[in-house]
Amino acid sequence: MPYVVRWDDDRCTRCGRCTSVCPVGAIEPGVFEKRLVESTGPVPMPTTVRRVVAGVKQVTDIRHRCVGCATCRLVCPNDAIRPEYNPHNKFRWHANQGGDPYKRGGRRNDPGVSTLDLLKFTRISMLTDPALDAGRHEFRVRTYLGRNLPPEELPLKIEGDSLVADGTPFIPPVREIFPIRIGGMSVGALSPHMWEGLCMGVAYLNEVEKLPVVMCTGEGGMPPRLLKSPFLKYFILQIASGYFGWDEIIHAVPEMQCDPAAIEIKYGQGAKPGDGGLLMAAKVLKHIARIRGVPEYVDLASPPTHQTKYSIEEAVAKMITSMSMLFDFRVPVYPKISGTKTALAVLNNLARNPFAAALTIDGEDGGTGAAYNVSLDKMGHPIASNLRECYLNLVKIGKQNELPLFAAGGVGKSGNLAANAAALIMLGASGADCGKYIMQAAAGCLGDENNRCNICNTGKCPRGITTQDPKLYRRLDPDKVAERVVDVFLAADKELKKLFAPMGRSTELPIGMSDGLSVSDRAVADRLQISYAC
Amino acid sequence: MCRLCALVSADYFSPMENILALETMKEGHDGSGLGLILRDLGGEFEDLKDFPILSAIATDKGFYDLDEFMVSKGFRTKHMWEPQINLRPGMSIQRRDRYIVKAFEYPDAVKDQPWEVKARLLTDTRLEIRRMGEPDGSVFAFSFWPDVVTLKEVGDPLEVGEFFGLDTKPIPARIVFAQGRQNTNYAINLYACHPFFIQGQCTMTNGENTAFVPIKEYLSGRGEPAYMGYNSDSEVFAHILHFVRARLGYPLKYYKDVITPLADPEMERRAEAGALRLLKRSLRMLTIDGPNCVIGCDQDGTVFMVQDAKKLRPGVVGGVRGKVGLMSEVCGLTAAVPGRNTDHDVFPMKYDMAMVRPGAKEIEVCNQLDGSTTTINLA
Repeated sequence: MPYVVRWDDDRCTRCGRCTSVCPVGAIEPGVFEKRLVESTGPVPMPTTVRRVVAGVKQVTDIRHRCVGCATCRLVCPNDAIRPEYNPHNKFRWHANQGGDPYKRGGRRNDPGVSTLDLLKFTRISMLTDPALDAGRHEFRVRTYLGRNLPPEELPLKIEGDSLVADGTPFIPPVREIFPIRIGGMSVGALSPHMWEGLCMGVAYLNEVEKLPVVMCTGEGGMPPRLLKSPFLKYFILQIASGYFGWDEIIHAVPEMQCDPAAIEIKYGQGAKPGDGGLLMAAKVLKHIARIRGVPEYVDLASPPTHQTKYSIEEAVAKMITSMSMLFDFRVPVYPKISGTKTALAVLNNLARNPFAAALTIDGEDGGTGAAYNVSLDKMGHPIASNLRECYLNLVKIGKQNELPLFAAGGVGKSGNLAANAAALIMLGASGADCGKYIMQAAAGCLGDENNRCNICNTGKCPRGITTQDPKLYRRLDPDKVAERVVDVFLAADKELKKLFAPMGRSTELPIGMSDGLSVSDRAVADRLQISYAC
Repeated sequence: MCRLCALVSADYFSPMENILALETMKEGHDGSGLGLILRDLGGEFEDLKDFPILSAIATDKGFYDLDEFMVSKGFRTKHMWEPQINLRPGMSIQRRDRYIVKAFEYPDAVKDQPWEVKARLLTDTRLEIRRMGEPDGSVFAFSFWPDVVTLKEVGDPLEVGEFFGLDTKPIPARIVFAQGRQNTNYAINLYACHPFFIQGQCTMTNGENTAFVPIKEYLSGRGEPAYMGYNSDSEVFAHILHFVRARLGYPLKYYKDVITPLADPEMERRAEAGALRLLKRSLRMLTIDGPNCVIGCDQDGTVFMVQDAKKLRPGVVGGVRGKVGLMSEVCGLTAAVPGRNTDHDVFPMKYDMAMVRPGAKEIEVCNQLDGSTTTINLA
């Protein structure tokens, strides 16, 4: 068993909360025959007796293995039970029961230090270039989502001594946003409370804190009321291979008060590259079915690939153009792919497509609600070198400012959200996406790289994050989620400034400022073309 | 930090004036080098304004290679200025074999071609010479352009000036840029010495350019062969000027909007806010983060000074009618133009771009925030 349940007979009051709350049925009330030493008379006369006692028993069926979520411990009033990781476990040898490969949610089970966490910021302004005061200096921590025209093609003319617009009607739409985005997590995969909490947090950040954080919907549409609300502009609508939710979106277009932040066409996902998604029937409740435009309680499979996609030159270009047309070319449209050795080919095609607004590359450390373990653990490309290679290629063709790159997958894996995002920016990203980080920070997701919990696919998320079961998602207070989302981004904003200030950058994001980074691993330094420091 | 001294005059003057001004600013440079660019030349070059002048340093071998190369390209020597080298005992300067300032006649094939063709040829030729001399250090070519002379050498500026004999036999000019180096690189490379020249434009800068790498990478991808070198993080300022003026054709004041764009809410005060927003996005990679004070000279001889918001100690622009200095320190200006009315001195702040046109009759200060221009008439 990957986790062994430690139960303390002496502390347990037999209240039964732990067994009722366990999401996988790993513990159950049990009856034990117990040998006890007793002395009941006026003088000590110890005798052994055998007695039948009730208690908590770990189930030994692999299908009901303890996943280490520790919800039992959370609810135990007397600290009598806890799961303990068993490093010698042989679960992987037995997970394929019934001939079905092991499926789960979560992330790649690699607790090692990611490349992003190895990178250090070593160009510190000293004397010749005084460092800035992160608390008092004026900073502009913003990035652009959308295609920036090359300066030679700007629709400007000179009149007298001034530059004025030359009347060209089409200028590619560009959004100025905070450089950390919330990556695509669908309503459906997420519980209503989680999704609502994220949305409220994002809206608050924009409206009150004036921090233009945007969030991607994931593939699953959006509640119609939100689609028709003035908050739509803070959301990136995702379209993926299942096209779920797009019937509702298209019907809402005439009633929209504003345009969405962008359209993301998901072609791949870092956590399960080349694989599709599945929202299990049990999660397709009435409201999910309504939003997605499908019948209730049916498995919703997103194919591994878009059925219309036969070539990047034509089909993808057409899809980008079609999505642009939907909003009269006022909304940036960009693809998201999983990290891959072929990212460069995609990039070069997009670089030639004037309607492609950006490219998001999702590295292997991204998360998912459901995937085969083999995809999660063994498929995918690390984001750092993939992104760097793409950026340097854009540099080579002189288009690094035209087509912004967004990097995802493992941002904040070890809790260093701002540092990881800043490292990616300095490697060449215009911004970074986070998903798992926000789940952990805002809703207390229990998953980790030791395969703890990671049962998002079952709909039994003990935190109420990835479930449609009201009994479970009631545990999550959307207001608290929103509050934490705000905390996270306000703190990240400050941390980014704390990183950029000593490097003397304030007026623009240090995109591609690779001289600011070092790493103590020679091979990584060579691959990323940054300096080696030890 | 490097010390900068640009002088613009209605009359020809000796570059020693700049060097003496640098001498007063000596606390700020360590004598690791002097760079001079002279424009609008007088003296023996006064009648040669249309002939391109090659400024270079070479070993004997490089000198002969260069000669051969120029002949092979069809350039014929028109005139040659040789410095009267004065290497006194005690000077720390390492004399090199040849200091070349040579005016050429255009090859017959391009003599009657439009200026653009000639300009391209001059730039490409300079780059070829540079590449030719780089492997063995036999030739350093700094500029190859009509009416422009560049002199650079490692050493204390005053000593270098005397070494070149500028105190006895100067090349007079109406615009002279001089920089006294504060070496922040361990190896002193002549190509790292300001001012930097590209196709009739030049800049010199002090401070450190924190955004150097992204800017360099962006410029390198513009398809202009002359955007190369980058032995100094300040070379990009000259290339940005060239990109903005020669490639994009924007009026000079937009140089400021490119390197230090306004914050979005600030732009609204400018009539061309829409254009500025587009510029800021499209030229994001050219945004500097300073702290830098940039003194530059445009193709038409307009000299300007700009700085970014991080530059807490501004440079100064001031002078009298017919002679204006743009300096990194007031003491240098006082040395160069002693009789000026200091009330008219301009200390360009984060929104200002101070400009002085040829003839130095007035100082114009363009305010980036509201787009206005204030003209200071000099007495």
